[in-house]
Amino acid sequence: MVSRAGSLPRYMLQRLLLVIPMLFILLTLVFLIMRVAPGDPVSATVGGQLREEELERRRAALGFDRPLIVQYLDYLGDVARLDFGTTITDDQPIMNIVKENGGATLTLTVAAFAVALFLGVVFGLIAGRFRDSAGDVVIRLLGIATYAAPVFYTGILVKMLFAGNLGWLPPNRATSGFTESDVDEHTHILLVDALWQGETEAVVDILEHLVLPAATLGIFICGIFVRLIRVNVLQTLQADYVEAARARGVRESKVMRSHAFRNALVPVVTIIGLQVALLLSGAVLTERTFEWPGIGSELVRYITLRDYTAVQGIITMFAVVVVVISILVDIVIAIIDPRVRY
Amino acid sequence: MGVFRVLFKPFGQTTGLARWLLISGLLLTAMFVTFALFAPWIAPYGFAEEVPKKVAPPGDGFLMGTNDLWYDVWSRVVWGSRTAIEVVILAVILGLLVGVPMGLVSGYVGGWLDRILVLIMDALFAFPPLLLAIVFAFLFRDLIGGGVMAVALALAVIYVPQYFRVVRNTTLSAREATYVEAARAIGAPGHTIMGRYLFSNVIQSVPVIGTLNAADAIGTLAALGFIGLGIQPTDAAEWGFDLQRALDDTEAGLWWTGVFPGLAIVLLVTGLTLVGEGLNETINPTLRKRRLRRFALPPRRPAVEEEAAR
Repeated sequence: MVSRAGSLPRYMLQRLLLVIPMLFILLTLVFLIMRVAPGDPVSATVGGQLREEELERRRAALGFDRPLIVQYLDYLGDVARLDFGTTITDDQPIMNIVKENGGATLTLTVAAFAVALFLGVVFGLIAGRFRDSAGDVVIRLLGIATYAAPVFYTGILVKMLFAGNLGWLPPNRATSGFTESDVDEHTHILLVDALWQGETEAVVDILEHLVLPAATLGIFICGIFVRLIRVNVLQTLQADYVEAARARGVRESKVMRSHAFRNALVPVVTIIGLQVALLLSGAVLTERTFEWPGIGSELVRYITLRDYTAVQGIITMFAVVVVVISILVDIVIAIIDPRVRY
Repeated sequence: MGVFRVLFKPFGQTTGLARWLLISGLLLTAMFVTFALFAPWIAPYGFAEEVPKKVAPPGDGFLMGTNDLWYDVWSRVVWGSRTAIEVVILAVILGLLVGVPMGLVSGYVGGWLDRILVLIMDALFAFPPLLLAIVFAFLFRDLIGGGVMAVALALAVIYVPQYFRVVRNTTLSAREATYVEAARAIGAPGHTIMGRYLFSNVIQSVPVIGTLNAADAIGTLAALGFIGLGIQPTDAAEWGFDLQRALDDTEAGLWWTGVFPGLAIVLLVTGLTLVGEGLNETINPTLRKRRLRRFALPPRRPAVEEEAAR
């Protein structure tokens, strides 16, 4: 039966329509937890530090004196316009924080993702190909250990070794002082700005600062790629088409390369969406470990300040980002793999 | 007893590497459980007891040295196992208590209830677990104080969707089985079918997820402690908090304040993961590699010879 049910645009539309209830549920949840449960966010944040009239004035200024349902609808409307609110403690729009610090987070996560993908593919293929060999055991144990080690612990160890004892790389922050003054900010992604302006010295400085955090976060994420690819190789090695290729007399190295490995790598695309969630969580912790000036560091700072609206805003922003990326990944998968559409 | 037989059955079926991994996992886990149970006797000092020396290197009466809060690091590691295991057991049990019945009912009853629950759970599942835990821990810290219970609740929330999903999906497929149909035919009410026929089916996949979640929960607990949302240091020893304190020590060359608590996390998580993986490799038929007896086929004679024999 040939029907239009499997067409790509229709799938995309269905997938996009699914976003609406999902975002709606997430936003409602965040609103309930951060706004309704604690009572009023102003006194929860700065109560005890200010006089009652001042608290009253701030509540009115931020609109917390209105009925909850109005606040809720307002919140949904604001998020739809990509306005994630304003912090209580220092009166900053969350969108400003995203603009100022988002570049650093983006640089870190993209670099870490590249590291993870590289390590995952290399180790995963080896471990799957030589199942139960010494190499497989070592790689699997390493995979478990890197996943078992909290990303901040790996970070501390890496800092101790490469920044402390060996002194090869800078331990903290994204740049040295001179880079910040040398490079004019346009995109807020420092590396891109520095490359654009041809500041070689600054580029080197930025990359030097990037190595340790990106490697730390990459190693943390790679365990899952290793495991997934290993299991996939094991499964493809048992597949009929591999046996058929062998039966046709295809050379073993070619069987591995074009039949087993290639098919084992396809499902990796499907978990990239899930990885984004882990990557973001890991980024928050990595940024805290390396004093990386990203959104995660800001989140931790506002958590310490007990700033309810800041935490709410940043978390909401993360939720939107995760949902949007997972949709994009799903659509890319549908384009690559027609089976998904049906 | 039946439960134990089901739980230990896979162990007898393991071979080679899988068995070795399972045993080392069990040993590692057992070590930390021992620490947790006998902490007052194993640890030389209390978890918040000041010792005469500040930031002393390991040795000289302090096995793992002391940190900048005048605490003995070894004692903190031992007491930390108690906190970690307490929180994780609480979190997994709370998660199971909510997730399993919800999944069972949702899968069995179906309809609108099922659709709505699935939507909510999927939304929760898509959210980065650490961020979800942060949100809840942030709230519970203010509502019920930053104790063991607050953190356990925050962790439980992030595991509910997983139990829900697995249990619901197993229920959906088990619901159509002939014996369930038979039970319905003889007039068994819904709760009997769910409790007696579906529950025992569904519960089989829980040990694996439970152990893996426990491993994950140790890491998340430490992460909450690391960003300052964990248990208050005066309430209990917590490894993540110790690592946060150790962050500034790394550049000063004080390695022992961070290395040991972190190592404890790695070992406990590794232990639990190995147990979970070992169970999975023996239960999951797609990964299972059971002991097989070698069977040699009789040698085949060349066709010409066979022809001649005829």
